[in-house]
Amino acid sequence: MPLLGKQTWQFHSQPVLLSSAAVVGPKEGAGPLGAEFDACEKDPYVGQESWEKAERRLFEMACQMAVQKAGIAESAVDVLYGGDLLNQIISANFAARTLSVPFLGLFGACSTSMESLALAAMTVDAGFANYALAATSSHNSTAERQFRYPTEYGGQKPPSSQCTVTGAGAGLVAKTGSGPRLTHATIGKVVDMGITSPFEMGPAMAPAAVDTITQHFQDTGRTPEDYDLIVTGDLARIGHKIATELFEEQGIFLGDKFKDCGILIFDPDQAEVFSGGSGCACCATVTYGHLMKRMAKGELDRILVCATGALLSPLSNQQGESIPCVAHCVAFERGEGQ
Amino acid sequence: MIKQGVQAKQAYKKLAQRHVPKRPVVANVAKAFLVGGTICLIGQFLNQFFITYFGFNEKTAGNPTVAVLIFLATLLTGLGVYDRLGQWAGAGSAVPVTGFANAMASAAIEHRSEGYVLGVGGQMFKVAGPVIVYGVVAAFVVALAKQLLTIM
Repeated sequence: MPLLGKQTWQFHSQPVLLSSAAVVGPKEGAGPLGAEFDACEKDPYVGQESWEKAERRLFEMACQMAVQKAGIAESAVDVLYGGDLLNQIISANFAARTLSVPFLGLFGACSTSMESLALAAMTVDAGFANYALAATSSHNSTAERQFRYPTEYGGQKPPSSQCTVTGAGAGLVAKTGSGPRLTHATIGKVVDMGITSPFEMGPAMAPAAVDTITQHFQDTGRTPEDYDLIVTGDLARIGHKIATELFEEQGIFLGDKFKDCGILIFDPDQAEVFSGGSGCACCATVTYGHLMKRMAKGELDRILVCATGALLSPLSNQQGESIPCVAHCVAFERGEGQ
Repeated sequence: MIKQGVQAKQAYKKLAQRHVPKRPVVANVAKAFLVGGTICLIGQFLNQFFITYFGFNEKTAGNPTVAVLIFLATLLTGLGVYDRLGQWAGAGSAVPVTGFANAMASAAIEHRSEGYVLGVGGQMFKVAGPVIVYGVVAAFVVALAKQLLTIM
């Protein structure tokens, strides 16, 4: 049975992440992982006339690069799972118009990277697609203007805020080939522990991440020892500390194996990164750029990536609602031909 | 698994609060005093300048002074400098008239992509609007109170 325990999918055919691509903006390019991304755009507008068009372009670039790397035609993609942070997921929708492949749009906030990858793996595993593409994007300026203030507004942000990553990541899942294998995915429940401040995303999302990862261990019977790295999406420095403490309460000690993409992507000394990165592209670019390269080099054999999403809207927040959060994780295993 | 329920939520809030760094209030106040004071000092110079060289008096010199400050703040917003100053200075650059100019200009720049009518025109007051509304309401209440006091 492909359903393992309560919330985990086991992919018996072990679909392959045939190729992946990560495209980022200037600030991410200047960060510690800058050299590992496939493309670092110097211009935050990416040669477009609006921020929204820029984000869309990044989405398209990531998809096209992933397909190119795999050496298949764009028309061979059987399904694209994609999403982003903007209202009506316009980046994904409009990029899908350009790509012209069968498309299913998703919204899972910053958890979309692993949500889309889990679905792509499931689709390929079940035989509904030979090639399934999973992609997601975010842009600092589109997120700022939708969720917070105009980009040039001089309001002061507290040290607990996070910096939305500009970029896009795409992964192409196939039945066979060489590349990391996708073995499991654990679909998270929506967890809301009552955090209301939109400047405290890490603390809001940490319980969801801990819930999903703990469930993953329970469903699969695995322990932290089975993984070389357990990475969360964008808890950043504060959320990461809280999650570590929550894990300890559950009797799980992760130690140095426990990392966070929001911490990895920026240098704390970079201007205005606050407690770390966030956004759909944070987990997507770090996973598809940095982590997959480390797996290919043989530094990592088995990793668990848990993308975390804060499911708030400016409206729900202004009406005083707390922030519901969700986290989904996917287990990657180093393939044979790698 | 994460425990749910009211008690668990309260316990979690306490845990989270321990990790969330407090805003550095003392440093923020000092920075705000420095930057806010400097902006006001520039205003004072401008004021004196208009009185000395352009024949304004103390009452009328306020208008050109404010106009120059607004112009400078809008220019700095357009050049992408004011938001960085704002992150450092906090209330120091938000409270004076320059902060208001920045709120208007940044919204206008941001929404230019939606056109001049619905974008710039419709969204310009998005951030600054509440200030105007409550400024007028407060002025009305104060004026009413003053009027009532003088009658009595």
